[in-house]
Amino acid sequence: MYAFVTFLTGLLFGLGLAISEMTNPAVVIGFLDIFGDWNPSLIAVMGGAIFVGMLGYWIKNKRLSPIIANEWQVPNLKHIDRKLLIGAGLFGIGWGLSGYCPGPGLTALTNNPLEGIYFVGALIVGSAIHHFQNVLFRK
Amino acid sequence: MENLTYPILGGLLIGLTTSFYLITTGRVVGISGILAQLLFNKGRLLPLLFILGLILGGSAYGTFFQPSVPFPEIRSPWLLMISGLLVGYGTRLGGGCTSGHGVCGISRLSIRSIVATLVFMATAIITVAVTH
Repeated sequence: MYAFVTFLTGLLFGLGLAISEMTNPAVVIGFLDIFGDWNPSLIAVMGGAIFVGMLGYWIKNKRLSPIIANEWQVPNLKHIDRKLLIGAGLFGIGWGLSGYCPGPGLTALTNNPLEGIYFVGALIVGSAIHHFQNVLFRK
Repeated sequence: MENLTYPILGGLLIGLTTSFYLITTGRVVGISGILAQLLFNKGRLLPLLFILGLILGGSAYGTFFQPSVPFPEIRSPWLLMISGLLVGYGTRLGGGCTSGHGVCGISRLSIRSIVATLVFMATAIITVAVTH
């Protein structure tokens, strides 16, 4: 059941990216290009997603536990630190360069493979650098 | 003004999906985190299923849903690899990407996620302004 729910979530999320055209880096760059020919679509995507997402948390807050798991595992960190700011800053630069964030980048493996293979390869390497940096220099 | 029907529909579906996952499994959807689980955790089956589903769902683009603007012409491998490195490292250091911080985090009004989203939006907008 858990496996089916996980697969279905991935499938519907990918479908949502496809319907909203976030799978196309030209659309994403068009949104980020606020000083050029601006395409507001990402505001509509995030607005729609956050609106329904808030309803989800409203339902969550009325329940004691999730349906197929024992407890909630929602992050509840509150502090703003250097890692958060630097990480988000670097991510934004990478996102602006290609128009791919992780989800749309992964879908590019099939939608635009000649780009997706390089982006996803480097995405994995970047993620691995962080992982092994943590393993080697854990404070 | 572009037609916003499909972006809104897609956004609603994304929100429905993250809410469904939250209420069933108790977890938030964060693509960068799920990819890291696939790469470095012991339990690989679930993140693998998620990512296969994501790629399958996303491949509906260009088949069931036609692009309103064409894909960019294939860009240089160097640009794509530098972008991928920054996205891979930055999302892990910052603890989330557009899905984990931008959608799930803002939906629960997490201050960390709101700040992270403002920062990555700002640096992305500046990057596009400089490179275009």
